[in-house]
Amino acid sequence: MKNEIPVAIAFVAGMLMVVSLFVPHPYVAEPAAITRSWAIIITAFAYVLGVANIARISVHSVRNRSTDWEYKAALVVALFAMAGLGIAGGIRSGGAFDWAYLNMYVPMQATMFSLLAFYIASAAYRAFRARSVEATLLLVTAAVVMLGRVPVGEKIWPGLPAFTEWVMEVPNMAAKRGIMIGAALGAISTGLKMILGIERSYLGGE
Amino acid sequence: MGQDRPDRNLLVKLSRIDRRILFVIIFVCVIVPLLMEARMEMSVTAPVLGLYEAVEGLEPGSYVWLAADYDPGSMPELYPMNVALVEHLFEKDIRVISGSLWAPGPPLAQRVFEDLAPKYGKAYGKDYVNLGFKEGREAVMISVAEDLRRAFPEDYYGAPLDSIPMLEGIRNLRDLEMIVAVSAGYPGIKEWIMQIATRYETVIGGGVTAVTGPEMYPYIQSGQLVGLLAGMKGAAEYEQLVRRPGLGISGMVAQSSVHVMVVVFIVFANIVYFLEKRRAE
Repeated sequence: MKNEIPVAIAFVAGMLMVVSLFVPHPYVAEPAAITRSWAIIITAFAYVLGVANIARISVHSVRNRSTDWEYKAALVVALFAMAGLGIAGGIRSGGAFDWAYLNMYVPMQATMFSLLAFYIASAAYRAFRARSVEATLLLVTAAVVMLGRVPVGEKIWPGLPAFTEWVMEVPNMAAKRGIMIGAALGAISTGLKMILGIERSYLGGE
Repeated sequence: MGQDRPDRNLLVKLSRIDRRILFVIIFVCVIVPLLMEARMEMSVTAPVLGLYEAVEGLEPGSYVWLAADYDPGSMPELYPMNVALVEHLFEKDIRVISGSLWAPGPPLAQRVFEDLAPKYGKAYGKDYVNLGFKEGREAVMISVAEDLRRAFPEDYYGAPLDSIPMLEGIRNLRDLEMIVAVSAGYPGIKEWIMQIATRYETVIGGGVTAVTGPEMYPYIQSGQLVGLLAGMKGAAEYEQLVRRPGLGISGMVAQSSVHVMVVVFIVFANIVYFLEKRRAE
């Protein structure tokens, strides 16, 4: 029963979603809408579990003074401080939560991602070598697209933006479309296997 | 052999240059154009023009769903798009309903609204509304398409949707003219297209980060995506079209100089690589 009940739930919910795509009758549409609402609620519960889990692990780490416990202490303080600000003062613009979000979270996350520019430049210098025909093709295409995607590209050669668009619309799209069709077929196959109970790895084990 | 050694040492040094020197060069390439407030004109690409024309074709008073599916990490690319799109929508007197499938999205969308609403004389609840964040990914998309109030019973501030004047008579996506998705990844514009575009015959356009742009081209060619802004360049082109120079255009010279510098790095590093290889042979 431990396996059969989840498989049965997956079968009923999965089939309902598939059938609702083709049958708009209220007898199908309404149960499908209720199932979607359940899905939204269950997904929201994952946040509660996630917060509880990260808090438990981090507090344990701080108590035991394990490696990098200082960062985990900062995480716990920030987690509860932001939640506290939001619960106590609300999220309205100009409030404490909004201020902390815009003046602390936004610049910190933007800083993290802006570091990518430096690492990409360093990686391009150190690792991007024309070692083979394929690597040379990739290297030349990357350089052309990089220049064609910024205004300076058309100052170098007025036809560069149009050529870059051609690269995007023909060779890039052909490859992307092939990958997408392959991935979609794989997703359909996996989805069917899960709905029919053939693929059960999501239950754990097996 | 003895004469070759100093040359070879130089080549080895150049190929193993301290990365901090590269970092400083990139920093200068970014900061100098930004401080000089340098600007650069550019031509407009077809995907950007497609989105602009789709918004231009909307009737005043019609409704648009603005999906703010991004976070501060992608702000440099996506926030200028969000601003330019809302400017265009407000200018055309189009009513904007914003919702987000990314938790950090709603405050960013709200900031755009609050910055621009006074300029265009727009009021919350009458001309625009922020429905906030809802977890549930594709399930939320379908719920919005079927029954907006089931997916978002309240707005960002907890007000019931029935108490918001502009939402009177708005039941689901069929009452909206278009979805404009500004998205940084999953769930985002790709999922809006897959779940909504064909099934509900909805017009979808939007903006993505430059790295996601290539993935969207098949949807443009199939007509499931009416237009696309890819990266900061897409935002800058849109700003140019709506004649509202903003963060996108002001970042173009900095981005240009960094791209040129990265290409110079690649070319220089490869010259050093081949010289070193030839000497070794």
